[in-house]
Amino acid sequence: MKSTRKAYGEFLVETGSKNKNIVVFDADLAKATCTIDFKNKFPNRHFDMGISEQDMIGTACGMALSGKKVFASSFAMFAAGRAYEQVRNTAAYSHVDINICATHSGLGVGEDGATHQCIEDIALMNVIPDMKIFSPADDIATKKILNECLMLEGPKYIRLGRNEVPDVYSLNDNFRLGGSNTFGNGVDGTIFATGATVSIALDAKLILKSFGIDVRVVDLYSIKPVDVETIVKCASETKILVSVEDHNVIGGIGSVVSNVLCEKYPKKLVKIGVQDKFGKSGKADKLYELYGITKENIVRVFKES
Amino acid sequence: MEQENNIKYLENICKNVRKNIVKMIYYAKSGHPGGSLSCVEILVSLYKNIMNITLDEDGKRIDKFILSKGHASAVYYAVLSECGFIPKDDLLTFRKYDSYLEGHPSNKIPGVDVSSGSLGQGLSVANGMALSKKLDNKEGYVYCLLGDGELEEGQIWEALMSSNKYNLNNLIIFVDHNGLQIDGTTKDVKSVDNLDKKFEAFGLNVQKINGNNINEIINAVKNAKDYLNDRPNVIIADTVKGKGISFMENKVEWHGKALNDEELQIALNELK
Repeated sequence: MKSTRKAYGEFLVETGSKNKNIVVFDADLAKATCTIDFKNKFPNRHFDMGISEQDMIGTACGMALSGKKVFASSFAMFAAGRAYEQVRNTAAYSHVDINICATHSGLGVGEDGATHQCIEDIALMNVIPDMKIFSPADDIATKKILNECLMLEGPKYIRLGRNEVPDVYSLNDNFRLGGSNTFGNGVDGTIFATGATVSIALDAKLILKSFGIDVRVVDLYSIKPVDVETIVKCASETKILVSVEDHNVIGGIGSVVSNVLCEKYPKKLVKIGVQDKFGKSGKADKLYELYGITKENIVRVFKES
Repeated sequence: MEQENNIKYLENICKNVRKNIVKMIYYAKSGHPGGSLSCVEILVSLYKNIMNITLDEDGKRIDKFILSKGHASAVYYAVLSECGFIPKDDLLTFRKYDSYLEGHPSNKIPGVDVSSGSLGQGLSVANGMALSKKLDNKEGYVYCLLGDGELEEGQIWEALMSSNKYNLNNLIIFVDHNGLQIDGTTKDVKSVDNLDKKFEAFGLNVQKINGNNINEIINAVKNAKDYLNDRPNVIIADTVKGKGISFMENKVEWHGKALNDEELQIALNELK
């Protein structure tokens, strides 16, 4: 069990020790985004821009255009929301090689409530031309995806979470731009998940098995570009399609999968996630129950289908 | 004498740049003449006299320029053309669908480091470039041109706090202080006043000059590099919007409007 933000912080220290070209930006949230360890170890390569996310993205772009490998962090609400136009116009339109590592995405933020729960960031980033979006499910996925990001040019958005998530991957697993990972080969249905909902989907898969329903789980860790081939394959090989995400169902992975199905393999998809409502305060697991982002709800959908 | 000749040479370039600006906007049938004409002397002085635009060992330009007020793209492209980045013949394709000369600067254009024009964003980028030079102990300066109306964007003031925090004394900011913006005077629209005091309060060295005077521009930059080099610098350049074309000078309606046939002829005559 480890949060993906914690994994991000560890990645920065590990990789930053070897690669002196890496610089890290934060906006007064170094403890929360976990860039603090990098800050302590390499103080001259960590830039705390204060509570100024728009300035942070711009300054990070200036540094990237000067040849540095840049990681810029804040909460998803501020990285994708507050600094949206800076990400769009300064970073993406100029094809700046920047890694925007946004922590505290979704309802998973918990007690801080709706103002801090970004349930729109996938949608916001997805509509920016040239943007790449990753959403890792656990510790290993986070580190391997960030390593991949070092090889990729241009703007990247990496969606990270606040809470600890179970390990679902081993060191043998691989991640690539436009890829996905499929757990199992059940033909009764497919659950598309991403980030924190991958382990929830895997729990649901186990319960369904006990009811004699054999499903597979697809981790869409690369949201843009998305793995079209796998989505079409699952649509053709399995009966029921469900998506589950900690994001508004409008514009999230459910929408991404729907877009693919609509063009390539028309088929019904049940979208589990935030049903176009704002979040609220509470413990993350309680909020997931309240908003139906649970293994029980996934199981219910399959049993009723 | 040499200095005088040099100023004459730069003034001639300014005249040529102004001709290109009005022609580009005439052929495009749209664009921003007023705020392009106001900062001609600033860009010409920078590119043809002050800046070292050769590349360092890493292939990065030694001195950098960010046009944060990107709507002045006409003057930018005309000056980049004077420096050989953009072929002269391409200038008249400005803003056309089959041209790379976008309405606002794009870094796909040779000599342009970053896309700009959504106001308020360029100074942060300039800071990042200046910061990078400091981190690597690299020589060179980063120049950034802001509009006075642009100072209404909050990000500018976030960025100024960063310039100060990191003591970016390799950063020289120009404000094209022509006093006009789309909806009227900068004073009426959002009280853009007491700029020297505002910048001083944000920790910058401030100089006020006539921004249409090449001598004053060159001297102000010398000062910024010399006895004012302890802190980041801002040069408030008082300019005339539409400078050089009688019917455009200080006229707010020439912020974003193309010239018609007759207006083009009058303008070109005045620039003879």
